[in-house]
Amino acid sequence: MTWSQDVFTVLHTEAIGTIATVPDGGLVELLNLCEASDETTVVTLSTEEEGMGLLFGLHLGGSRGALFMQSSGTGNCINALSLPAITRTPCLMLVTMRGQQGEMNPWQVPMGQGVVPAFEAMGVTCLWARAADDIGPRFLQATDLAFGRGERVAVLIDQSVIGTKEFAK
Amino acid sequence: MSTGSLIDAGGRLMRRPLVARVMAARGGALVVTGLGAPTYDVAAAGEDGRNFHFWGAMGLAASAGLGLAMARPGTRVLVVTGDGEMMMGVGSLATIANIAPSNLGILVLDNQSFGETGEQSGLTAGPTDIAAMATGAGIADAEYIEGENRIEAMIGALYKHPGPVVRVARIAPGEDPKVLPEWDGPTQVRTFRQTLS
Repeated sequence: MTWSQDVFTVLHTEAIGTIATVPDGGLVELLNLCEASDETTVVTLSTEEEGMGLLFGLHLGGSRGALFMQSSGTGNCINALSLPAITRTPCLMLVTMRGQQGEMNPWQVPMGQGVVPAFEAMGVTCLWARAADDIGPRFLQATDLAFGRGERVAVLIDQSVIGTKEFAK
Repeated sequence: MSTGSLIDAGGRLMRRPLVARVMAARGGALVVTGLGAPTYDVAAAGEDGRNFHFWGAMGLAASAGLGLAMARPGTRVLVVTGDGEMMMGVGSLATIANIAPSNLGILVLDNQSFGETGEQSGLTAGPTDIAAMATGAGIADAEYIEGENRIEAMIGALYKHPGPVVRVARIAPGEDPKVLPEWDGPTQVRTFRQTLS
């Protein structure tokens, strides 16, 4: 099983039917699995902060969703995180990291390095997955925290798992 | 249904009686309100467990309406928000157009200003047209409304047309007395979800 299949299995068993996303290269296999499934609706966003509103609306109506994005998108969510914070509603996020070891695009570094302090400032629990085998278990743990306790929680997938993007100049 | 006047001496729509008229026609609709005056306008029409009122998180009312509409496909969802709030989340109109929830209506109360912060001029006071932006986002059933002639048609569209539907109503500037609904988040969520179940 790939890590994408592990996460997809959790989506199925935990009845998480809507995936909001601004895509990332590291999410290709997982998003393809979601797109191909009759039980999962993928909502492509114009900016990640919309995901905070969408996940909240799903919860109000009795459904479950999650937000998948790359690390640069986390910064777009900061004030929007007020919504799940003040309402104590589930906010489940999966983040593929950029701007770590071996990053070739320096523009990815500032937000990549800012993800944890920015998220923690807004009360988001960050769970690191530093190996492919960690991702499924961490995502299941995050699901329990979000839907069981109304927390804001993000699984951060270390860039060493995804690999770096090559830029030929 | 109220038959009082919806317009002021200058022929401009007044937000409070307009929203009262819209709320009186809600039937079983679920309502999400954008922060500031739209929250007070809907509250002034009477508290209802099927309302969720934003008091912050500007720009997310339409996205929340989308999520609610997706979770409750058999129930009409109405978002009532202001021009500044809609502009902050204007990209969500494209997201909504692509998902195309048939049960979602959005009413934007356009006073062309930031009423909550001192009546500073808003972007729609200039050349910006939110109804045209909605059309450009891919929401074909979007219209700008001025005056009271087409209000009943507007209300019918918001609740009955296959969604998504956007109506941008040009309203008079100025502040009405604040009517403050529940602002505790968990209380609102609990009440809303209990009312649905």
